[in-house]
Amino acid sequence: MRHFLDFEKSIAELESKIDELRRMSEADGINIAEEVARLTEKADRQLRTTYARLSPWQKAQVARHPERPRATDYLAALITEFTPLAGDRACADDAAVLGGLGRFRGRAVLAIGTERGNDTESRVRHNFGMSRPEGYRKARRLIELAGRFGLPVLTFVDTSGAFPGIEAEARGQAEAIARAIEACLEAPVPIIATIIGEGGSGGAIALAAGDVVLMLEHAIYSVISPEGCASILWRDAGEAQAAAEALKLTADDLKRLELIDQVIAEPLGGAHRDRESVLLAVAEAIAEALPPLLALEPVALKARRREKFLAMGRLAPV
Amino acid sequence: MNWLSEYVRPKIRTLLGRREIPDHLWHQCPSCQQMIFERDLERGLKVCPHCGHHMRASAAERLAWTLDDGGTRIELPKVPADPLRFRDTKRYADRLKEAREKTHLPDALLVAHGTIAGHKAVVAAMAFEFMGGSMGAAVGEGILAAAQLAVLQAAPLIVYTASGGARMQEGAISLMQMPRTVIATRLVKEAGLPFISVLTDPTTGGVTASFAMLGDIQIAEPGALIGFAGARVIEQTVREKLPEGFQRAEYLLAHGILDAVVPRPEMKATLARLISLLTLKDAA
Repeated sequence: MRHFLDFEKSIAELESKIDELRRMSEADGINIAEEVARLTEKADRQLRTTYARLSPWQKAQVARHPERPRATDYLAALITEFTPLAGDRACADDAAVLGGLGRFRGRAVLAIGTERGNDTESRVRHNFGMSRPEGYRKARRLIELAGRFGLPVLTFVDTSGAFPGIEAEARGQAEAIARAIEACLEAPVPIIATIIGEGGSGGAIALAAGDVVLMLEHAIYSVISPEGCASILWRDAGEAQAAAEALKLTADDLKRLELIDQVIAEPLGGAHRDRESVLLAVAEAIAEALPPLLALEPVALKARRREKFLAMGRLAPV
Repeated sequence: MNWLSEYVRPKIRTLLGRREIPDHLWHQCPSCQQMIFERDLERGLKVCPHCGHHMRASAAERLAWTLDDGGTRIELPKVPADPLRFRDTKRYADRLKEAREKTHLPDALLVAHGTIAGHKAVVAAMAFEFMGGSMGAAVGEGILAAAQLAVLQAAPLIVYTASGGARMQEGAISLMQMPRTVIATRLVKEAGLPFISVLTDPTTGGVTASFAMLGDIQIAEPGALIGFAGARVIEQTVREKLPEGFQRAEYLLAHGILDAVVPRPEMKATLARLISLLTLKDAA
């Protein structure tokens, strides 16, 4: 059964009606093609109008949709010969951050993704995409490895944030994030980060301080979750909708503020409705962004990356 | 002492508005609840003479306590104010205005240069008194300016951190101050200069997870709360009672995250010694 979001109720009703008609026609041999076509068109129209004007809070729900393609899906679809590499060499392997070598359209790359899982078992295994220090230390190690061998780094970010836990703090969560950001900024190789779902605060920027930051149309990227912001500034988690508006966390907002480089359009009704097309769109965007970066010398590449981040927020937005 | 200086000057001073520390004022230590003379508190750098509790200090006090004669403050670059036109129960623009009126500070960071017991240095101090020391574009730009000044003067950079984390009202712009301030630390390090991070109570969130944890040397004041996630968030997530002394300076020291925990009265001498050891190879 498809998972529908609250604001998709009328679309859900139409689609279940269509399904029902199809079942009836199969059973009774009644020709209902015309009716199905009419309803399908209506459902599409509603989907189009709904998704054309999603509020930031609705986008947050789409970004967290349980059927949305995850980092694992991007790794599987975009990277051939994927060879996972594990561990931070000090403490553990963190399954919230996946990484390894592989090929993107023939070129050897290093790919990293934060994985939140898609069912109870995998969600627990990946700690809901919330990395512990070991995950950021693994990422840093792999980025340095990529640097040593001249391999571009592709990251796929989808996390509500770094894991807030006792051991995570005891093992230096803050330091691990800071060092991962530093590793991104210092890498002598191109880094392309794609925000595919939720870009949650420090846990996201740790893997997204790249030369090019791509972001899916309905993904969100924020300094704090709308719920967290609402409970602090409004003292009421129920104000998450207002907080989502105020935080300017949508891809369009971030592009306007020049904090990301490109918005990747999603298929009608969101990435989860047409996984193949969104995986391809991301691959195309990466394939387009990579060559100009590969043409730069490591020193120039690093300098350009620094300048990009140093320019952020300096000019008043339009 | 003659009649003039003894009887007339104090009155003139009063007329000129020189701030005399009143010796009749008492403060209560928030830790041991004992009473402390205001004068003793000021002289003891806001450390409780009874229990050694380190009270929070302002950015201006940090600079005064660290730099010889307080150093010379620099004006920090201006940044676009309220880029998101953020509004919660109050406008961010109004919150900024109130914080400025209350603290007489432009934002949550002060930067000065001068000498520390004779060693030149650039010192940046975060102002927790200004919107909880939260880091937005102004703080990020200020850390960058401090780093650039340190490079220009070939001086070490010392940063006193005190922050609740990111300035939420600046959204993702505040998040981007994390990589921006990491770049600042790189500028100092690439110039072969020491970057010393002094973590004070409290230092949390995006500040801890960026420049604060990238010091060549990392020192904290006793008892300072230092961490990434807030204690309440952690408690709600793991549904466990937090261990005794969790996220305190001594806890971080025991877990290998800090080089040392240094009491405030020894801080200046410690910084001077560290600068000397790192930059003066032969002091003979």
